[in-house]
Amino acid sequence: MPKDSGIGASPKRREDLRFLTGTGNYTDDINLSGQAYVHFLRSDVAHGKINGIDTAAAAAMPGVIRIFTGADFEGVGSIPCGWQVTDRHGQPMQEPAHPVLAQGKVRYVGDAIAAVVAESREQARDAAEAIELDIEELPAVIDMKEAVKEGAPKVHDDLTSNLCYDWGFVEENKPAVEEAFANAAHVTTLELVNNRLVANPMEPRVAVGDFNRATGESTLYTTSQNPHVIRLLMGAFVLGIPEHKLRVIAPDVGGGFGTKIFHYAEEAFCTFAAKALNRAVKWTSTRSEAFMTDAHGRDHVTKIELALDAENNFTAIRTDTYANMGAYLSTFAPSVPTWLHGTLMAGNYKTPLIYVNVKAVFTNTVPVDAYRGAGRPEATFQLERVIDKAARELGVDPIALRRQNFITEFPYATPVAVEYDTGDYHATMDKLIDVADFAGFKARRAESEKNGKLRGLGVNCYIEACGIAPSNLVGQLGARAGLYESATVRVNATGGLVVMTGSHSHGQGHETSFPQVIADMIGIDESMVEIVHGDTANTPMGMGTYGSRSLAVGGSAMVRATEKIIAKAKKIAAHILEASDADIELKDGQFSVAGTDKSLAWGDVTLAAYVPHNYPLEDMEPGLEETAFYDPANFTYPSGAYACEVEVDPETGKITIERFAAADDFGNIVNPMIVDGQVHGGIGQGIGQALLEGCVYDENGQLLSASYMDYAMPRADDLPFYQVDHSCQTPCTHNPLGVKGCGEAGAIGSPPAVVNAVVDALQSAGKDVTHIDMPLTPNRVWSAMNS
Amino acid sequence: MTKVSMTVNGKPASGEVEGRTLLSSFLREDLGLTGTHVGCDTSQCGACVVHVNGKAVKSCTMLAAEADGAEVSTIEGQAAPDGTLNAIQQAFQDHHGLQCGFCTPGMVMSAAALLKDNPKPTEAEVRAYLEGNICRCTGYHNIVKAIMAASGQDVSAIAAE
Ligand code: FES
Ligand code: FES
Repeated sequence: MPKDSGIGASPKRREDLRFLTGTGNYTDDINLSGQAYVHFLRSDVAHGKINGIDTAAAAAMPGVIRIFTGADFEGVGSIPCGWQVTDRHGQPMQEPAHPVLAQGKVRYVGDAIAAVVAESREQARDAAEAIELDIEELPAVIDMKEAVKEGAPKVHDDLTSNLCYDWGFVEENKPAVEEAFANAAHVTTLELVNNRLVANPMEPRVAVGDFNRATGESTLYTTSQNPHVIRLLMGAFVLGIPEHKLRVIAPDVGGGFGTKIFHYAEEAFCTFAAKALNRAVKWTSTRSEAFMTDAHGRDHVTKIELALDAENNFTAIRTDTYANMGAYLSTFAPSVPTWLHGTLMAGNYKTPLIYVNVKAVFTNTVPVDAYRGAGRPEATFQLERVIDKAARELGVDPIALRRQNFITEFPYATPVAVEYDTGDYHATMDKLIDVADFAGFKARRAESEKNGKLRGLGVNCYIEACGIAPSNLVGQLGARAGLYESATVRVNATGGLVVMTGSHSHGQGHETSFPQVIADMIGIDESMVEIVHGDTANTPMGMGTYGSRSLAVGGSAMVRATEKIIAKAKKIAAHILEASDADIELKDGQFSVAGTDKSLAWGDVTLAAYVPHNYPLEDMEPGLEETAFYDPANFTYPSGAYACEVEVDPETGKITIERFAAADDFGNIVNPMIVDGQVHGGIGQGIGQALLEGCVYDENGQLLSASYMDYAMPRADDLPFYQVDHSCQTPCTHNPLGVKGCGEAGAIGSPPAVVNAVVDALQSAGKDVTHIDMPLTPNRVWSAMNS
Repeated sequence: MTKVSMTVNGKPASGEVEGRTLLSSFLREDLGLTGTHVGCDTSQCGACVVHVNGKAVKSCTMLAAEADGAEVSTIEGQAAPDGTLNAIQQAFQDHHGLQCGFCTPGMVMSAAALLKDNPKPTEAEVRAYLEGNICRCTGYHNIVKAIMAASGQDVSAIAAE
């Protein structure tokens, strides 16, 4: 019987009521009195020298309040990068300055040159068109391999080259890896592209800056996954505002997927301009602007090699990747192709030797940073594709080859510096075979063939590292932040609780799932628990939501704070019941003395905490409010197996996804309905990457895919219903809930399944196709079939 | 500036607009009906769908002036005055047909228009109809399921866990 409340139940989401009735409060719904509007004049060339900006005519246009250029930001800090990667030779990465408005040069199409603040949005836009620019176009570098060649134009003149870093991992393993390849019975090699994507949360970014002259406090409303991080980065590094004078609010946020983690120039601009003008200043991105300014994702060019012995055991993996950083370093960009990618190259397999090389490259394109999965999809894709290719070269069943090499004993220390605590890869594979109905595939293929279609079945596994992350570890790896989470639990006199969490919910449903945990711990109704998030003024220091960390890290902080609450409440109950604390039990919202019939209700104790007439005042302060900071001991390691069935039309190369199944191990599950939804959404994005999405620049750096007309987003009729299962559960051993995280799995696990399925379909028809780069457009598939 | 008057969710509404003011801006900025969302500038995403004279319209593609005299209904007018959700809204909640909620107003309004014309759509018909509504969160699974459920069809056999 499914539970109807608490952990493991699927109560309807409480946030839905406001979203379904149009009463959500998204950043663009916020309008402050006296608010002005900013329009950014953006570069239409990818690389150019700014010789002059004449704002005189524009400044005289109706409604214009002030026009800002780079000159106004001299002396203002650079948009900081939050992660410093050290290269193979022990040298820090090259780290260019990133001004709020371009200084001297523009470096990508979309780089902001000037900002017009006016009484209305239209007036700001009209005036921006009247600004006269003198920009000398320079040769642009778009292709990563071209960018690192001798003599290539430099994106940043003050750096030695366009190479941000050349990273080797684990450098000491390199000779042993070389040797394993020299001794291999078989080597499979695959060159591939992990296509550049645009995250495209449906809500475009918005920033509203405000300044209170009376208190000297700045406030920024912004579409962010982590308002505290924005407060810290913008306050400390860009604008020099101490945290107690800066409040950042991220209200309802319409999806993030990574691209709303980062600190963006527009946020700093609106905060800066609000103070300079003593007026609220609002910016609302258009979708076209979003394509040009939201950090993009993926964009790796990789060569992977897999060495096997004569028994088909994996003996070594070697990969070479070029990773695009774009024109500037976005907040977490350097960590994505390194620590979120290299450390995952063992996947689900006991390959003893691994060497990963990554060259991160500056180009004249939009900055690239984390997008749902961030590094882990890139690792999974290359690994699961090369294993599939190896199976075909060796003539063995791809599932059998995987099974033979599965890690089966835990904890397992990989050769790439992480230790998996739990997992059961055979169990998820068994479950997948069942859920996806492999037994019926032959008949379905025969049916497709009757209709003149090719049918393929693709399978892959994945492992990811979530619950980011132990602060001392990431500190050693170059993070300039701690990655704990915090929670304050405030119990009111009448027994209701408010949880103030640093985790941010922008679709994940924390307002519903977090109370399920507390309700179980105390034995009260979920409706007595309220979740507050997204405002630095009323939540403790938080690191926010990304890396599937909210429940594993934020939820753990909430559990720790609630444990403190319960411990104190028991002391109060013991005092009133004249018993010893150790004898007090809490169950179903009642405190009782073990072995007696003496008891007190939860509400009696909470009332006593605030009306302390009969209270151990000599031992304890009144009140019932506790804060906990939870710093995880390790990452969590969700894993799973995915299967995709496609039909390929041999006449046109068009692919349809006929079936898609996922068997995931997320450890314990708090709300199965929400977990299903997270997996569905991830799969939708993963299929999008595999079949449809691709960001295209021409050789001059013009962004050709800059709207929904040119960038193919997955639509309802591109996708099937998915079979998802998460009944395989090996709980995480090091967090109090035993949870692992589910937000990114779908996006990580699905692209290789799709491509493996298409290759299977084509090979079933005797086509010698071993790989097609994503997105698998009809054109690419048809060309591969007919070349 | 021209004066426009219309009926919005059954109540008279009017305002002074520029010729270029879009219906979506008029609803959001002049009337404060911020439930209608704007997710793109190329008429592709459907976050802005409202009904004008009973037909689903992308309010970002219509000028406010063009809606002069029209009956407009938006997401804010869908629930009963006491807050009870209508059948489509309720099905979205029951089947977890929304995550961040940004596409949701447009989805609900499109679904209402679909079910008006086609009271028992098949899965394929729902998917085809939603071609103009993009959701980035749900992978559409639960949206399609919710709309079929709202039409009174039994969705319990649709792939879930
Ligand atoms: S805002 Fe109207 S279609 Fe996107
Ligand atoms: S629920 Fe977020 S875009 Fe659909």
